[in-house]
Amino acid sequence: MYGSMLFITNITSLVADPLSHEFMRKALLMSSLVAAVCGFLSSYLTLKGWALMGDAVSHSVMPGVVVAYALGLPFSLGAFVFGVGSVALIGFVKQKSRVKEDTVIGLVFTGFFALGIVLVSKIKSNIDLHSILFGSPLGISLSDVKQTVFISLLVLILLSVFRKDLILYCFDPRHAKTVGINVLFLHYLLLTCLSLAAVVGLQSVGIVLVVAMLITPGATAYLLTDDFDIMTIISVISAIISSVFGIYFSFWFDLETGGSIVLVQTFIFLFAFLFAPRYGIFKIKKLFSNY
Amino acid sequence: MDKLNYKSYRIEAENICVDYHGKVALYDANLRLKAGQICGLVGMNGAGKTTFFNALTGFVNISKGKIRINGESLKIAQQDQEIAYVPQSEGIDCQFPVSVWDVVMMGRYGSMNILRSPRESDIQAVKDAIERVDLMELSSTPIGNLSGGQRKRTFLARAIAQRASILLLDEPFAGVDIRTEKLISELFIQFKNEGKTILLSTHDMIHVREFCDLVLLINKTVVAYGETSEVFTPENITNTFGGMSPDVLFGPES
Ligand SMILES: Nc1ncnc2c1ncn2[C@@H]1O[C@H](COP(=O)(O)OP(=O)(O)OP(=O)(O)O)[C@@H](O)[C@H]1O
Ligand SMILES: [Mg+2]
Repeated sequence: MYGSMLFITNITSLVADPLSHEFMRKALLMSSLVAAVCGFLSSYLTLKGWALMGDAVSHSVMPGVVVAYALGLPFSLGAFVFGVGSVALIGFVKQKSRVKEDTVIGLVFTGFFALGIVLVSKIKSNIDLHSILFGSPLGISLSDVKQTVFISLLVLILLSVFRKDLILYCFDPRHAKTVGINVLFLHYLLLTCLSLAAVVGLQSVGIVLVVAMLITPGATAYLLTDDFDIMTIISVISAIISSVFGIYFSFWFDLETGGSIVLVQTFIFLFAFLFAPRYGIFKIKKLFSNY
Repeated sequence: MDKLNYKSYRIEAENICVDYHGKVALYDANLRLKAGQICGLVGMNGAGKTTFFNALTGFVNISKGKIRINGESLKIAQQDQEIAYVPQSEGIDCQFPVSVWDVVMMGRYGSMNILRSPRESDIQAVKDAIERVDLMELSSTPIGNLSGGQRKRTFLARAIAQRASILLLDEPFAGVDIRTEKLISELFIQFKNEGKTILLSTHDMIHVREFCDLVLLINKTVVAYGETSEVFTPENITNTFGGMSPDVLFGPES
């Protein structure tokens, strides 16, 4: 009796104690918001097959972040400019040369990323390379919070308003075009949202891992349902859960926070991959219905 | 030019050319179709059938020539929901998490508000369309769980729900069983009687004979075009298929 009481008190304090720190509350809230944005977008990216594009955009924002810091501008502005710029450049090179698309993507984003790293080493300022590369949700400043909230809400609103158009665009752009829907606009809308999501995502998990925030939740959800709306909900929820648990794990065991968040996401995916009712390896539903 | 006379054609394609990154896929193609006509588009693999549809739906830009729909530009036709397109099965992701109902509802998007929230009339149109292709009991099924023929009917229902006056169908009979084939060809006759204009590509010569008023034989350009009874001759078919004899194509003397 006493033992179990102690156990419960222990659990409560394990969960509650970190919340007494201001930075933990902020990290949990911000990362959940960012996770919601990335999770929402993730279902589109997974279905559109834009994983590589997500990787490209998220790496390409690096020089933008550095330049913005050096000039004292909001880092999201610099990141956004370079994110969109990389996409435009990819489109341009692809159109003007015979090189295949995935090669062009790989080529452009590594170039941008390298430029970012060189800039960091050259511009001697208080830029923390580590926090750009691996995220620092525990050290978010007030101005970062404002930017993150603003961008997140913007993306959530855009994705909600154009939700059905974007589904149609991913599913059958030809039909969209035929019924007079502006496909080019939707294409750039999705790319813009991708850039913005990468910008906020890199605070949580850093440039290197932000692509995981953009594809893993969607891929997990895709294994669990055949309904787009439910897929989006699962994707958002799994992203938020990953962020919260990731941050707690990193607090309890003193782990790198970004890595910890992504690792939880990967484990959730693995679980779905093995045990999803219809599309998992073991198809648990079948086991149940047979007996 | 006499506007009225011009308007009497539903589809008017004049000398259209399409190239993909400099590689010509279709050149100098002409087509004129009126209300209530069914036209078969016949040609071998890679002849440019899908490309022709892409040009007519505006999915690819034509590098030369002119397309008029009801005497107006393609853009206006798109805004007026005049053209419905039923894709070749290879053109779509069958694992996409949407249901039959969702897909058919997409036929209505063009005439809905920005949020695409369905009105009572949209719901009715979708119901009617699904009933016409006999898929009511599968309406909430994800398209990934459908057979090829059921999927074809789903996209046909989307075209019906759109209430377009022009139907473009890329190989509507590929991989369907006899029952679905009958259902689809009966629908075509109904559409014709409703005054719709239909352009369909097919590899089945029998279908062309059965219900196509006109036939367009292509091999990167128009080989022959006209009334089926006049144009659908063994010589023309042989020319279209690069010298292959019609016997090989549909058995000796059918
Ligand atoms: N997106 C594209 N990019 C480059 N080339 C293309 C593209 N689509 C088609 N082509 C080329 O254009 C030509 C015509 O192709 P199209 O798809 O129109 O043929 P089709 O008549 O529909 O053939 P099938 O009977 O196999 O469907 C082919 O040589 C093809 O390789
Ligand atoms: Mg084709």
